[in-house]
Amino acid sequence: MTTIHVDSEGFLTEYGEWSEDLAAELAARIGIELTDEHWKAIRFLRADYPSHGETATLRRVSVLTGMPIKQLFTLFPGKPAKKMAYVAGLPKPRGCV
Amino acid sequence: MTTTDSTPLVVPDFGDEATQGRKLAIICSKGNLDMAYPALILANAALGEGVETHLFFTFWGFDMITKSRMNDLKFTMLGNTATHLPQGLGGLPGMTAMATHQMKKQIHDIGVPDMPEFLEQIVASGGHLWACRMSADMMHLDESDLYDDVEAIISAADFIEKTDGAQIIFI
Repeated sequence: MTTIHVDSEGFLTEYGEWSEDLAAELAARIGIELTDEHWKAIRFLRADYPSHGETATLRRVSVLTGMPIKQLFTLFPGKPAKKMAYVAGLPKPRGCV
Repeated sequence: MTTTDSTPLVVPDFGDEATQGRKLAIICSKGNLDMAYPALILANAALGEGVETHLFFTFWGFDMITKSRMNDLKFTMLGNTATHLPQGLGGLPGMTAMATHQMKKQIHDIGVPDMPEFLEQIVASGGHLWACRMSADMMHLDESDLYDDVEAIISAADFIEKTDGAQIIFI
């Protein structure tokens, strides 16, 4: 059995403990079934985090993946930035925009 | 920090239901660059949290949505003691342009969008833009002068009606 570490809200705290299978499960827990489009955003967030040093904000995801803001709101309804971070196993973004 | 099995028991509460009924209205009454951004940033943040958000542009805030002016919002040192520079400096020719350029650069450097791109992002996130009827009449402007995504020119009473139950921020 794999053990993972999460904070008090349920966000993963260890970058290395994430896997694609886990992402699908985390997404399911917040009512999202992952499609290719979801994966595009999630893979970007995973790849961006180590070099950028923090979780990408919604704007950063949109600008650097070319995915329109509107689409991100459709894929991860309500609170897209936080939901993407959760599924990608990253901390909540700290940037304002 | 909690250690759990591969299936974490704690699932974040994204409060989707709680925020569904939440509404925010921001009244933008100033056209200075440094007074425009707080409204834009708060609106953008609220939308990202799933809060229904309305911006109402009135008086000098009209500059934020007037096509001929929205690309050219300015920041001036005059009357702003927070620059901690002698007030007389701010009145020298070219100082407002220089201060504006500097502030725009600082905003750009931290990845925050320029105007009007920021409005585009707010609209794409589901934000609503409304223009004030009295300001439009005073300045002899109609919808053709305003940013295309402004939904309508409405009266103060219309705005009060639309923002029933909303939290209101006046800037």
